[in-house]
Amino acid sequence: MTLSLEHSPTTGDEVITNYTINFGPQHPAAHGVLRMVTELDGEIIARLDPHVGLLHRGTEKLIEHKTYLQALPYFDRLDYCSPLGMEHSYVLAIEKLLNLAVPARGQYLRVLFAELTRICNHMLNLGSHVMDVGAMTPNLWFFEIREDCLGFFERASGARMHAAWFRPGGVHQDVPQKLLDDLSVWLDKRMPELFEDALSLVADNRIFKQRNVDIATVSKEDAIAWGFSGPMIRGSGIAWDLRKSQPYDVYADMDFDVPVGTRGDCYDRFMVRVEEVRQSARIMRQCLRDMPSGPVSSDDRKVTPPKRGEMKQSMESLIHHFKLYTEGFHVPAGEVYVATESPKGEFGVYLVADGSNKPYRCKIRPTAFSHLQAMDFMSKGHMLPDITAIIGAIDVVFGECDR
Amino acid sequence: MNHSAPKFCTPEGLVDTLSQSLGDLVVSATQANGETILTVRRDGIEDALRKLRDAHEYQQLVEIAGADYPSRAERFEVVYMLLSLTKNSRIMVKCTAAENTPVPTVTTLWPVAGWLEREVYDMFGVVFAGNPDLRRILTDYGFEGHPFRKDFPMTGYQELHYSEEAKRVVYAPVELPQDLRQFDFMSPWEGAQYVLPGDEKGPNA
Repeated sequence: MTLSLEHSPTTGDEVITNYTINFGPQHPAAHGVLRMVTELDGEIIARLDPHVGLLHRGTEKLIEHKTYLQALPYFDRLDYCSPLGMEHSYVLAIEKLLNLAVPARGQYLRVLFAELTRICNHMLNLGSHVMDVGAMTPNLWFFEIREDCLGFFERASGARMHAAWFRPGGVHQDVPQKLLDDLSVWLDKRMPELFEDALSLVADNRIFKQRNVDIATVSKEDAIAWGFSGPMIRGSGIAWDLRKSQPYDVYADMDFDVPVGTRGDCYDRFMVRVEEVRQSARIMRQCLRDMPSGPVSSDDRKVTPPKRGEMKQSMESLIHHFKLYTEGFHVPAGEVYVATESPKGEFGVYLVADGSNKPYRCKIRPTAFSHLQAMDFMSKGHMLPDITAIIGAIDVVFGECDR
Repeated sequence: MNHSAPKFCTPEGLVDTLSQSLGDLVVSATQANGETILTVRRDGIEDALRKLRDAHEYQQLVEIAGADYPSRAERFEVVYMLLSLTKNSRIMVKCTAAENTPVPTVTTLWPVAGWLEREVYDMFGVVFAGNPDLRRILTDYGFEGHPFRKDFPMTGYQELHYSEEAKRVVYAPVELPQDLRQFDFMSPWEGAQYVLPGDEKGPNA
């Protein structure tokens, strides 16, 4: 009598198929409404298909139906973690088409608050990245700083998040001197203390490094081919910063360093952002030191409205105000593509004007769209839990990715 | 130049250099508002972009934008934004397309083109020949139509709501409880698209 040895349940003709799971769209580590169809071989990612668009609101279509000024608040709602960074590209695009000059104080204020936005954005991203890979405390501490930032935005614009404070031709209103003084004190004392404290918990932490070092390494060539920008391309070792190479507003006068990574992994991207926070603080101090007094927005009354005081005295001002807030200003026909260094990378606006008071076409170039597309190639061969670290290091916000 | 928008390098005679290099692929080349815009033949878009990438150091494809001009014979424009990291320069490369004329894909040159082309396809219905994964990307699963075309209404055709009877989210045709408020604030002397009050009684009404 012969005994068959084949009693193991998996031997024979059975084929072990890969297991497909849905990551999201309602998963706290997906940073919004991201659905990823993930094909797993055991716990190793074999294929990953991100489904975006669950937050698509047709912003570009809506903008075509609004005047240039009415369209501005839509930009706050794209990347709602760094609203002023989005507005910056849009107002610069309009100014480029109009060839409109901005007074020095207006430019300084924009740079000052764009950098405050960067700090604010990075606090959220660094914090949530840390939390996604298992640490709780630093996130709460980073949020202290973010709360301060939102307070400053409120004092400048009246709104904590959706500031709608930049205008074609400058900014909406000047800020009180007390706010600048408080910012200066905050930058010297409270911000660095809180930031370095929170950072000391994670930067050299063994567990944090195990979760991030050598995860999703991207070479320089890949970073270029996949259209990376911002901290993602710098993390891969390319010193490319639009504030440095294609300066806008007063960035040309600012002295700051561009941090780059050495290995191109998630840890490098994290540390690039950390250093950017320090550099942003440095830029803000220079802005506060050098900021001249004077008007904050252009005196071209065909684009920027007059002050209320003027309107009480001058018929001309009253007419300008009425025309600007009903018909809006006209932008000469033409097309431009203007990209700025938003906290997440290159945020571009392709604006086509037809000479009327509404944009003919306004294409928004989100940062996260290209980065998310690379998710598949970045996460292939990694373990399932690494997805959260990779997404955290991409710094994706769906308001912007889906538009 | 008064504005303070990003300053990138546009070398003297860039338009001529590029249009000479691309030869008969170029339909027109202009420089306006500080932007260099090359319009190339649709069937030559891949060759043109390959040449720009390899011979002229435009390493990065930043964005592909679609635009709809319904009055033209080929109503769509596909605009490729290129960035040179080494020369610190930006150019736009354009081609035109209609609903039934596919544009050659550039996923062969840049992997990033995959989603960018999917988006233009989704929003405008421009087909990219050779794109291995030309699915819709931003619109809903099972969506019909191309929403960024100028003739697609801003309100859309379908709306969603939770149905208490069906105990799930259901689709229904859009119902507007009041007229969509589209104000045209263009001055009546500059081409507003509405009839001025009183004009409807006139002889030309």
